Amino acid sequence: MTAIATSGEFKAGKTPRSLAAPHWLIAYLQATPLILILGFFFILPILTIFVVSFWDYDFAGLYPDFLTMNYTDTLGSWVTWKTYLNTLKFTAITWALTLVIGFWVAYFLAFHIRTTTMQMVLFLVCTVPFLTSNIIRMISWIPVLGRNGLVNSTLIELGIIPEPIEWLLYSDFAVVLAMVHLNTLFMVTPIFNTLMRIDRSLIEAARDCGATGSQILWNVILPLAKPGMAIGSIFVVTLVMADFSTVQVMSGGQSASVALMMKNQMSLLQYPAAAANAVVLLIVVLLMVAAILRVVDIRKEL
Amino acid sequence: MSKAAEIDIASVSKIYGTTTAVHAISLKIPAGSYCCFLGPSGCGKTSTLRMIAGHESISSGDIRLGNTVVTDFPPAKRGTAMMFQSYALFPHLDLLDNVAFSLKMKGVDKDERRAKALEMLKLMQMEAYATRRPAQLSGGQQQRVALARALITDPEALLLDEPLSALDPFLKIRMRAELKKLQKTLGITFVHVTHSQEEAMALADLIVIMNNGRIEQAAKPRTVFERPATAFVARFMGDHNVLSGRVTKIEDDIVTLEVPEGQSFTVRDIGQEVGKPIDIGIRTDRVRLEPALEKSLGFQGVVSNVEYRGASVKITVIGAGSDDFTVILSDADYFRKPFSVGDAASLSWALEDVIPLGRLSA
Repeated sequence: MTAIATSGEFKAGKTPRSLAAPHWLIAYLQATPLILILGFFFILPILTIFVVSFWDYDFAGLYPDFLTMNYTDTLGSWVTWKTYLNTLKFTAITWALTLVIGFWVAYFLAFHIRTTTMQMVLFLVCTVPFLTSNIIRMISWIPVLGRNGLVNSTLIELGIIPEPIEWLLYSDFAVVLAMVHLNTLFMVTPIFNTLMRIDRSLIEAARDCGATGSQILWNVILPLAKPGMAIGSIFVVTLVMADFSTVQVMSGGQSASVALMMKNQMSLLQYPAAAANAVVLLIVVLLMVAAILRVVDIRKEL
Repeated sequence: MSKAAEIDIASVSKIYGTTTAVHAISLKIPAGSYCCFLGPSGCGKTSTLRMIAGHESISSGDIRLGNTVVTDFPPAKRGTAMMFQSYALFPHLDLLDNVAFSLKMKGVDKDERRAKALEMLKLMQMEAYATRRPAQLSGGQQQRVALARALITDPEALLLDEPLSALDPFLKIRMRAELKKLQKTLGITFVHVTHSQEEAMALADLIVIMNNGRIEQAAKPRTVFERPATAFVARFMGDHNVLSGRVTKIEDDIVTLEVPEGQSFTVRDIGQEVGKPIDIGIRTDRVRLEPALEKSLGFQGVVSNVEYRGASVKITVIGAGSDDFTVILSDADYFRKPFSVGDAASLSWALEDVIPLGRLSA
């Protein structure tokens, strides 16, 4: 017993001196892997985009330069402004719908399902669509919504409408529908998480104070669910703002989004213009996230 | 300030699926008294409190508060207010809004409800913290706010679910005194659930001891201490040693019983029958460590543990079918003639320190 203790002390006393590594160096070494990963895969690409956005270009190549032309072109064009407006419209509608639907799904899961097993089962059911890719889930709407699709043919056969509804597919409606479908889970998950953390005795305490069901919802549950709603909003807003495939597929090319505009510029080899656009979009999205974080304090959730 | 209400519990049961948490209990809690529900965890004391509060439905039976049967009333309509174990303060509201919450739910306008809440906080000496959030408060402060929130509805009865269990030992004793003082000032009925014998003894006018969903005894603290009704109460309160055996002889009102190990003991009791099982209780602080004058008022055992407690010494003895027969000696008595573990000891007591313990008719 004593021998072990002494040898332990001996080692403990000796090791730092023999290695002679100062504490600051050890700390930096521990942080190195993360710095490398973030540096190569996050900071470097963003810096590249930022640098390229000031370059010159023509149909044949890119020329290192320092021009603000890409920015003045982008911000000076009414097409850009219209596209931004359109993207913001999709974002706002999708955000509002996913927030409402996501909250109620999470609320139902958290407060109306009694057993934890059932809660987990139903929550997993919510994630099942995510086992297939985004594109496939989107495309699967086409046979449902198309001119001769499931919805139209059913409605015609039931005699409710005389001819197919045209705006079901390849329209803003279809874009929003697909976006809500794709993104609601990003709202459900964080809200479900915050709702599950609400102490159930708070709800009893509210009832003890004479609160009705809707008063409890408005005065206790909603304020306490705000951090989850903010996190979900950040997910949905950033995803929808950067979306190009949903808009392209579901609008049949009739609607545009900022990311779609960038994709088109890239296919025309106008990389610096796309880069400038990307920087502007990044700033806009960061401002939106900052606005959300200003309204709601999410630190408690992290 | 307020009117107190008598709480009348009439053969109330609580059944969860196939398990019965509370077995048809009946109890009258006098208006303006401090009542403590005491028992081990899972004994049904919290279920009973929650049924009084209206947070748990009553499977059968009725609860009356004052002159109203409140069995089917929602919590806020009963004239009761509940203080929750973890206080359940709303973390997103400051203290003023926490206390004013029930007034807000009633639709009282902002200035009026805030003024009233501030008054309530003043009563609890918490007005200096009115704009803080609950998370910025200590446990004792949170409890005062929870009390203020419960009392702002001007209840006839305040229901407290283990209110002191979240506090450290020193604060526990201080808040205990505050609760008692508050109850005296307000004059309303307090029903307090606890698992601490000491807390119940210190606070209660009426102690209700529960076990397995039944009331074992409901009496004044002094009665519970001196005349525990059942073997469970005697063991749970810890001030009596319990010996169990069968009645072998009845002479006038002196009953002789024999424990399975063979020793015989006597107790003064009536209404016993030869051959029936019987439990007796012997006050731990009345047992002497000297040979018995009468064989049936003592036994020989072996000391298994000695615990020094300052003013007293607790000695545990094995013998007479009990492996934790406890003797509490004053320190002076102990050090005059000390014992150590493994020593043989003769124990004796007087006939008047032995009490018969009843059994619940199941």
